[in-house]
Amino acid sequence: MTEIELLSWARGPGLQIATIIFVAGVVIRIFEILMLGRKANLAEAKGSEMSSGLKTIVSRTVPDRDTFQRSGLTIVAGYFFHIGLFVIVFLYAPHILFIKDIIGFGWPALPTPVVDAVAVVTIISMLVVLANRLSNKVMRYLTNFEDLLTWFLTMAPLVTGYMAFHRMGFTAPTLLAIHILSVELLLVIFPFTKLMHSFTLFFARWYNGAISGYRGVAS
Amino acid sequence: MIKNKARKDAILKEETPAKGTPGKGTLGEALREQGVSRRSFMKYFASTASMMALPPAMIPVIAKAMEQARRPSVIWLSFQECTGCTESLTRASTSTLENLIFDAISLDYHHTLQAASGHQAEAAREAAMEENYGEYLLVVDGSIPMGNPGYSTIAGISNVDMLKQAAEGAAAIIAVGTCSTYGGIPHADPNPTGAVSVGEIIKDKPIINVPGCPPIPVVITGVLAHFLTFGELPELDHLGRPKAFYGKSIHDRCYRRPFYDKGLFAETFDDEGAKKGWCLFKLGCKGPTTYNACATTKWNDGTSFPIEAGHPCLGCSEPDFWDGGGFYRALSLPTENIAQTAVYTAAGAAAAGLAVGALNRAKKKASNKAHIKITIKDLEQ
Repeated sequence: MTEIELLSWARGPGLQIATIIFVAGVVIRIFEILMLGRKANLAEAKGSEMSSGLKTIVSRTVPDRDTFQRSGLTIVAGYFFHIGLFVIVFLYAPHILFIKDIIGFGWPALPTPVVDAVAVVTIISMLVVLANRLSNKVMRYLTNFEDLLTWFLTMAPLVTGYMAFHRMGFTAPTLLAIHILSVELLLVIFPFTKLMHSFTLFFARWYNGAISGYRGVAS
Repeated sequence: MIKNKARKDAILKEETPAKGTPGKGTLGEALREQGVSRRSFMKYFASTASMMALPPAMIPVIAKAMEQARRPSVIWLSFQECTGCTESLTRASTSTLENLIFDAISLDYHHTLQAASGHQAEAAREAAMEENYGEYLLVVDGSIPMGNPGYSTIAGISNVDMLKQAAEGAAAIIAVGTCSTYGGIPHADPNPTGAVSVGEIIKDKPIINVPGCPPIPVVITGVLAHFLTFGELPELDHLGRPKAFYGKSIHDRCYRRPFYDKGLFAETFDDEGAKKGWCLFKLGCKGPTTYNACATTKWNDGTSFPIEAGHPCLGCSEPDFWDGGGFYRALSLPTENIAQTAVYTAAGAAAAGLAVGALNRAKKKASNKAHIKITIKDLEQ
């Protein structure tokens, strides 16, 4: 297989297989979660579930003071890499082009050097959270294989994308193929790991807020 | 780059190189006969040296070696090809030095250019091969059909047989054009003739790949100049291409690169972006994955290159460029209809999700039903 063949496979059949696994996995899991239902609450409602639920989806984005004091590093580095990932995935011109091809519309891109700088910050933040995870005794005790796997498979597209952009080590077709394949691998494991939090986060926050809202307390 | 140290030292000491002595039949003489001044000769090698990333001190060395070089015997074999490579070399412009050097080599066999035909032509090839056994350069354009040897024959000899025969006594092989280097257009899916490259058949000779559809003329003469100067092939990359010319991608040397970096793209061939000369990435430019010297050497006497003319790079010097998923689809785009795949999958998965959810509910219901309440009284009994 030549490198161009590999690239063609990654852009074609490879991407198709990854899309099928990703979409099917995510949709089935979400249906399962939603259809679990909740037990009927027999207590009298003291407030609105909906407004408290919706508010909590947003409000939980800001960490409370105690949590921040306890694990400030995790939160700051976590913010850096999450925002970084957002910028890289959604504001880099070739990525927007890819999204536009699938959903039919796009939006303006950030200048390439800005995304490049963001990528460096994101990679550093990812390294910081890993170092923190491994150096903190409690965190290390709580770490399982899945945590390391998802870290690695999130890091891989970042590093391979950075290498492809700067032409490091291999030729451009090989680097681009490896980058696309690394994204496909991420898509494939996505529904089966904690990466699902990108979707479930909203339900979870809503439920938390809704429970408090029903009881008439602040969430 | 220069492995043959003894030869290099000899050249640097301005001793007579082992290969080629001044006198009748040298390249310098042939060029002078055709009215090429020493000044333009030196000028040409200054640009060749700079393009091949050789130090300026090497310019007189190359010029001297080239001037003294005996006209090397070149046998040119054309297989499954369109003659575009020959056209590129011979019609680059009316009287470039590339052309004259090309004329100045002893081109002993070339279908399109030779006067002889039929048995005489084949006799000339055989004679040249015999006389210069082990020393001649073999240039090949076109791919070799392996599906059936009868798909392409010359004087009743199949391409593969002729290639093997000619390669035996060759000092080196220069595969010219994407067909002979990687199979090219005949190799494109579904490859009806079973076309393969020279490198897939010949394994025991140094092969230098000069891909492109067609390749740049100066790359050919640059390779010849290197071979005649140092007596060996230039440094090659992993695809057998001379690094001096194929070391950087079109994208890295493109004058439109700043627009890519700023995120300014032409969306169609006639929009404002196209008129302002913005990056052609969105129009399918393969510059980022294509290694060639177009952006620096340019075409038609340095006039322009495809991107300068407003057309995206097709990636013609890369293997399988014909099957790369559409010339006008951007590199970051999928080659299949992913939206359709996603919608169908989502529809199917929604149905499956409902079914799984219903099963879960039924299971929950059944277990609730099967649940037997036990009170303390029951336990006390």
